[in-house]
Amino acid sequence: MNPNTSLVTEEITLNMGPQHPSTHGVYRAVLTLDGEKVVGVENVIGYLHRGIEKLAEDRTYTQFIPYTDRLDYLAAMLNNLGYVQAVEKLMGIEVPERAEYLRIIMAELSRIASHYVMLASMALDLSGWTAWFIPFRDRERILDLFEMVCGSRLTLSYMRIGGVAADVPPEFVPALKSFLAELPRGLEEFNGLITNNEIFKARCQGVGRIDLETALAYGITGPNLRACGLPFDLRKVKPYGIYDRFDFEVPIRHNGDTYDRFVIRVLEIEQSARIIEQALRDLPEGPVMAKVPRVIKPPQGEVYHQIEGAKGILGFYVVSDGSPKPYRVHIHSPSFVNLGAFPVMAKGGTIQDAVAILASIDIVLGEVDR
Amino acid sequence: MREGLNGKDWEGLKERFPGVEVTEGIDMVTLWVPVDQLLEVMRVLKEDYGFNFLADLTGVDVPPEEAIILVYHLMSVPSARETRVKVKLPRTEPRAPSLVRLWPAAEVQEREAFDLLGIIFEGHPNLKRILCPDDFQGHPLRKDFTLSKVSDLSQHGGDGSSYPGAEAPVGVQQKGGEVDES
Repeated sequence: MNPNTSLVTEEITLNMGPQHPSTHGVYRAVLTLDGEKVVGVENVIGYLHRGIEKLAEDRTYTQFIPYTDRLDYLAAMLNNLGYVQAVEKLMGIEVPERAEYLRIIMAELSRIASHYVMLASMALDLSGWTAWFIPFRDRERILDLFEMVCGSRLTLSYMRIGGVAADVPPEFVPALKSFLAELPRGLEEFNGLITNNEIFKARCQGVGRIDLETALAYGITGPNLRACGLPFDLRKVKPYGIYDRFDFEVPIRHNGDTYDRFVIRVLEIEQSARIIEQALRDLPEGPVMAKVPRVIKPPQGEVYHQIEGAKGILGFYVVSDGSPKPYRVHIHSPSFVNLGAFPVMAKGGTIQDAVAILASIDIVLGEVDR
Repeated sequence: MREGLNGKDWEGLKERFPGVEVTEGIDMVTLWVPVDQLLEVMRVLKEDYGFNFLADLTGVDVPPEEAIILVYHLMSVPSARETRVKVKLPRTEPRAPSLVRLWPAAEVQEREAFDLLGIIFEGHPNLKRILCPDDFQGHPLRKDFTLSKVSDLSQHGGDGSSYPGAEAPVGVQQKGGEVDES
């Protein structure tokens, strides 16, 4: 406001969503605006709530796997992995070596695919139309790889309690190798077009900053936390599965702004590719399923298992009463908690900043609403 | 900062808070905390034990014990130690102090626990439904909330007339209804 004029403005309320391209799904932000400035944000979610946790109580442990695909549907393998590892922990099941390596390959491919969508859609939200095509062109190849191993492209249900559903077909490894060989070129193209683009930088740098302390207090995890300067990645600090066998770095950025949250995804794609290369090199022969009982009946007890998902730390809290159906399954979804910090990041910016910030948090409504 | 990885390291906490029980779980140590000491215990865990990160907050309905168990998972960042804190609340009126002042991350998660399980968090700045519609009746994750046909739709915000969605999918029953794993 110009202090020299006596112009009085009135705050208005604007609904962004539930049908709005930049909300990436059915989500509504109630913005309180003073002119173009955002002075208040209220998240309204739940449009996609399907009661997955309630449905789990009526399914067997194995039958619940397809439901996990529908949480973060851009990284289904990671959801599968988190859930089956939780049940395996509860039952003390050892997974065969080959299955462990295949899981790592699939999980990291899922992470790359999810980050590609984030990069593409954030650039698109900032009117970078061309930028949409490069990540999606490359992501398509990952979906083709998934189709080879399990027949599905999005809702994969590839992992099982005790291993994976099937071994990979012979054409999978060469296809994956050729994808990995061409991945850096795609990223280079994308970086030249968007990441190092002056206009894009001007829109993002210094926008929606959050410091490390606030980020931790709000429970932010994953790339969004690492963009604030803390190399906290469960694959490194508390390795699950066989992540301790791989040599990779945890990239960090220091400003905690929208641009850093974007760049960190590019860097993470490179590291995920490194992990896949090593897993492919060491991939042993052997069975892909452990010997598990036909009816999965974990002993009475409870377990909380966390993995590093594409959006942050994904946790599964599974309670068993000794029957073939879980007594309670709780899913700690990173998108849900990260979105809770959106009002803090968006306050004080403009409407167009809010769009950029929301895209940079990278939410998936399937996971937010469950 | 103490380690707090096995039962022995918790003696100090047990001395300060006689009501706290320590049990070993499959994956981590579980602390049972009386509800009136919860806020203070959590503050001590955060400040003295280094559990500075609220990893998860949820609840479990246990009708045979007439209880709702409030479950917190805490983590230390960056060392990634984990611990579980459980609070037993009466099922008829589950009330617990809100942890929003300690961890703003609790805000959305407490709303979720309120919405789905009916736990009331005292001192929460904005305790209202988050996933279910505002006019929804009942708390879906209570065990007595069944996934069967709703006879009186008016209590679920409808006008009382039948609609196809009121029927649960085939094979879905709250009790019984064994599903063959084959």
